[in-house]
Formats: sequence, C-alpha cells, structure tokens
Amino acid sequence: MLKNTGIITSEELKPVLPPQNRLEKGPVAIIECLQDIPCDPCVSACPVKAIQMQSGITDRPQLDFETCTGCGACVPKCPGLAIFIVNMKHNVPGKALLSMSYELLPVPAKDQEVDALDRTGKFVCKAKVARVINPPAYDRTAVVTIEVPADRINDIRSIKV
Amino acid sequence: MSRNTEIFVIGGGPAGLSAAIVASQLGARTLLVDDSARLGGQLIKQTHRFFGSSNRDAGIRGITIAEMLCKEVKDASDRLTVLENTAAVGFYANKEAGILSQDAYERVSYQAAIVCTGATENSLTFENNDLPGIYGAGGVQTLMNVHGIKPGRKILMVGSGNIGLIVSYQLLQAGVEVVGLVEGMPTIGGYLVHASKIRRLGVPIYTSHTILKALGETGVEGAVLCRVDERFQPVPNTELMIECDCICLAVGLTPLIDLFQQAQCRMVHVGELGGLVPLHDSAMRTTNPDVFVAGDASGIEEATTAMLGGRIAGARAFESIHGKSPKAEAIVEEAREELRTLRSGSTGERIRWGRERVLKEVGAC
Ligand SMILES: Cc1cc2nc3c(=O)[nH]c(=O)nc-3n(C[C@H](O)[C@H](O)[C@H](O)COP(=O)(O)OP(=O)(O)OC[C@H]3O[C@@H](n4cnc5c(N)ncnc54)[C@H](O)[C@@H]3O)c2cc1C
Ligand code: SF4
Ligand code: SF4
Repeated sequence: MLKNTGIITSEELKPVLPPQNRLEKGPVAIIECLQDIPCDPCVSACPVKAIQMQSGITDRPQLDFETCTGCGACVPKCPGLAIFIVNMKHNVPGKALLSMSYELLPVPAKDQEVDALDRTGKFVCKAKVARVINPPAYDRTAVVTIEVPADRINDIRSIKV
Repeated sequence: MSRNTEIFVIGGGPAGLSAAIVASQLGARTLLVDDSARLGGQLIKQTHRFFGSSNRDAGIRGITIAEMLCKEVKDASDRLTVLENTAAVGFYANKEAGILSQDAYERVSYQAAIVCTGATENSLTFENNDLPGIYGAGGVQTLMNVHGIKPGRKILMVGSGNIGLIVSYQLLQAGVEVVGLVEGMPTIGGYLVHASKIRRLGVPIYTSHTILKALGETGVEGAVLCRVDERFQPVPNTELMIECDCICLAVGLTPLIDLFQQAQCRMVHVGELGGLVPLHDSAMRTTNPDVFVAGDASGIEEATTAMLGGRIAGARAFESIHGKSPKAEAIVEEAREELRTLRSGSTGERIRWGRERVLKEVGAC
C-alpha cells in the first residue's frame, strides 16, 4: 500500500488512469495525488480548468480526462511532482512519450540516453530524451519527456541521468 | 540605550514578518528583532516548492516566499525597524523587554508584543546518539541549504513526517546518498506525494522500524535498525545493519516558549500542537493582554498558517493600541476564512482538535 511503502499499487492507480479511448486521442495527464492534503497549485495552473477539487483545497484533485489537453502546464507547478503526461499517440510504433518534473542535476539534454526507473527506483530500460523544457518561468523544475516502451508507460516514473 | 515602539515583534520567520508587515501597514510603529543573521526563519532553508494554497504562495519555493516578505518589510521601512542578530532575552514588568545584539544590551518599551519564536527540534534516545555525525533535520538543512556544506556522504533519515521526507529529497538533490528512511509507525507520516518522490529515486522506506543504535567509535559508521510491533516494542531477531556516515533525526518539533513563561502567560499542553503552548484566543492574544503569539510558537503547523496567524496577530495588536479599525477587521476576516479552508478535511483534523482545545481552555479561564 502507498501509505506503508510510498509506492502506489496498480490497484490504487486505477482510478487516476485515463480510459483507453482517451489515451488513443493523444497526450493526457495522470495525477498521482491520492491523499486529501491542503494543496492546490495544480488547480490554478490548468488553463482549461480540467482539474477540480470538490470540497475545496483539502480535497484530492479530480481530472476531467476529456477536458484535459495534455498541455503539461500543471506538471512543473505541482510541489509533489505527482503529475505525469502520457502520450500514447506517438509516431514511433510500440513507443509512447512520458513527461515528468525533474529537479536533479545535471538536467539531461534532448536525445541523450538515460535510465528509466520504476516507482521504487529500479532500472526498467534505457530511454531516449525526446524533449526538455526548462524556462525561467518553471523556476528550476525542468519537465523532461522520454520515449518509453508503450507497455511500460504505467511503470516508469523516474529517470537517472 | 533604550528603544521605544508601539508594537514589538520577536522572531522574523513567516509569522513574525507577516505580523510586522500588517502592523506597520496599518500605521503602528513597529520593531522586529530576529536572532539570526538573515530574516525568514525556517523559510530560508526551504529550497522546495511549498504545498498549500495557491492564494498564499503554494507552488513557490520557501526561500522565494522569504524574499517576497522581506521586500514588503523594506517597503514599510518608514514605520518598521528591523534588527537582525538580535535576540529578545526576557520580559520585564511594565511592558518592557531586553534585547541583546552582538555589541549591546538594550531595553525596549512597547505597548503590545507579538512573540513568533518558532520551534525547536526534538531528539530521540538510542545507544550512541551522541556520536559526531548525528544531526537534527534543521541542522542538516542549515548546513546544506544556507552554507552549501554536505553533512555526509551516506545518510540515514529517521522520521517520515514531511520534514524527514522533504529533507531527504533535498539531500538527494545535493548529491548525498540517502540509504533509508526509518519510521516507527506502520504508515508514512507526511504527505504521500513527498514519499513517492524519494521512493522512486531509490530510497527504501522502513515503516514499523526503529533505530536501536548508532555504530562507530569516533563518528557514525552505521546504524542498527529493527522491526517494532504495534506497541512499538522491538521484535527479536529482526535487526538489520545499515552502513552510513551520518544520521539525521526528523522526529518532530516543540514550540519555543520560554518567553511566554517569563511573560507569565498561562500555558497548556496540547499534544496535537507539539507540546506546551501559550493559551490564546482567536485574536492570537495570550492570557497576558499585552502579549500576542503566532506561528509555530502557538502550535506546530505550516508556513502558510503561520503567515495567516501572524496577520491576525498584527491586526489585533494594532487594534489593541489604536482601537477598532475596519481595515484591521478586513485583514482578520480574510485570514480566518483562509485558515478555515486550510484546516478543513482529514489532514487538518489533528490541528483542528488542538486549536479547539486551546480556545476552549481560554474560554474557561
Ligand atoms: C523541512 C521543512 C519543510 C517544510 N515545508 C513546508 C511547506 O512545504 N509548506 C509549509 O507551509 N510549511 C512548511 N514547513 C513549515 C514552516 O517552515 C514552519 O511552519 C514555519 O517556518 C513556522 O514559522 P514561524 O514564523 O512560526 O517560525 P520560524 O520560521 O521558525 O521562525 C522563527 C524565527 O524566530 C527567531 N527567534 C527565535 N527565538 C528568538 C528570540 N528569542 N529572539 C529573536 N529571534 C528569535 C528564529 O531565529 C527564527 O528566525 C516546513 C518546515 C521544514 C523544517
Ligand atoms: S495537462 Fe494541461 S490541460 Fe491537462 S490538466 Fe494539466 S494543465 Fe490542465
Ligand atoms: S499540486 Fe500536486 S501535490 Fe498539490 S494537490 Fe495538486 S497534484 Fe496534489
């Protein structure tokens, strides 16, 4: 269980995974924030109001998968680094794109090969960096996009440069 | 020498800065003292993005929040005097206090004091806990984030509250290996998003475990952990040796309250708030009518709530001198509403209980 180990189980993950028909349409967010905590920067970060909290700031975020455009604006604003963007509509067969916040040094460069890690920090596979966004407005939280095997998209959650 | 002020704020963390800003903006002559070299309290060590309400700076790094508050302090400088490296060391009768800077001891006479001294770190008893290389989390943060010094190469963290989780993350960012995080409870104490963050960087989290002893002769060389049962008793034959050169204790904070006791404020013990706190009403006024309180000194909570409590204390202290003010009332109303939403929900439950107990006891005296 997440609350004993810090690792989200596949059972716990289910409610926040976008449905198959939404995944096929292109990039969408997965918000792995499963506890009621007094935090809400994700809500105001979203330009299309896809993230809501039913009973205010102490609720957990609810994502409307259909409204979400997968733009990624919420990713670097989340202090829990809990938001990921998956893009299953990638033009390389068998591959998908995964974007995440990255706050360690060195920040990888585009096309660099990095280790893709799972939720326990274990090596899954090598992955190519497809994009790095690190503008001053992100205040040193880079958003790194890697190309991963499509069938490991829900396992990979970290990288080692 | 002696100084004269209307409002005397002790402590320049988020609570004290907010109190001083509000009091001076409303028009009171204000003096703020802080015993460290740099204003901001805990905030100057917080390089991570804050959780909390985006109305109140969440998503922004703690150190940036400190800079924003310091700018407001500067803008108010015609009414607000700031003394750094200056500690408040005691209260006298007749609304006087003593302050000690590096080269002088002075008396301050004030009309209302707002005490925002924050908290001290708890320690833990285990064999060899006095070996060099065993630090509190605050010490580790000061070394690392204020002075740029790594506390060690391989560090073991004890305590899975938000401080243990966040300091572990900051250590990883500084390039220090975190060999594990130990927690006596079966569940992680802090926010799970912070736990997942360090877990996926490979840090094992040992819940239902405790530290039995530190190993080493002249410094830390390792630690022995063991499993604990529901009553926190060590389970035999579950010992586990971990190699490390540093142990960091993040096992809670206790409000720093000496000044209240000296000012003869009535104290109450509330476990949910971290121990003894001065009784205070919803205006943040203690049982000594000239002394107000805000921030962690009124109960361990967060920077966001410390700032809001500070704003209430600043506004009410102003009114205690200058009489009712609609502007002050508006500040208090706004802050109260924000506090209410921040403390709602299940994570705010303990704090709510604690706060309610303090208010009830005030009503009774
Ligand atoms: C690792 C860590 C992570 C945190 N993360 C978050 C977060 O993400 N979000 C959040 O909202 N909160 C967070 N907090 C909590 C937050 O930092 C504190 O709750 C907040 O700083 C309390 O503010 P304060 O003004 O009451 O006290 P402090 O910030 O402790 O300031 C007290 C000040 O008073 C000074 N002082 C004490 N005694 C005297 C004296 N006698 N004379 C003069 N000066 C004195 C001290 O030197 C200090 O500068 C975190 C804390 C830690 C340790
Ligand atoms: S990815 Fe863009 S549209 Fe989707 S929730 Fe985040 S900010 Fe909103
Ligand atoms: S900003 Fe991140 S941690 Fe905060 S509520 Fe949103 S998803 Fe959760």
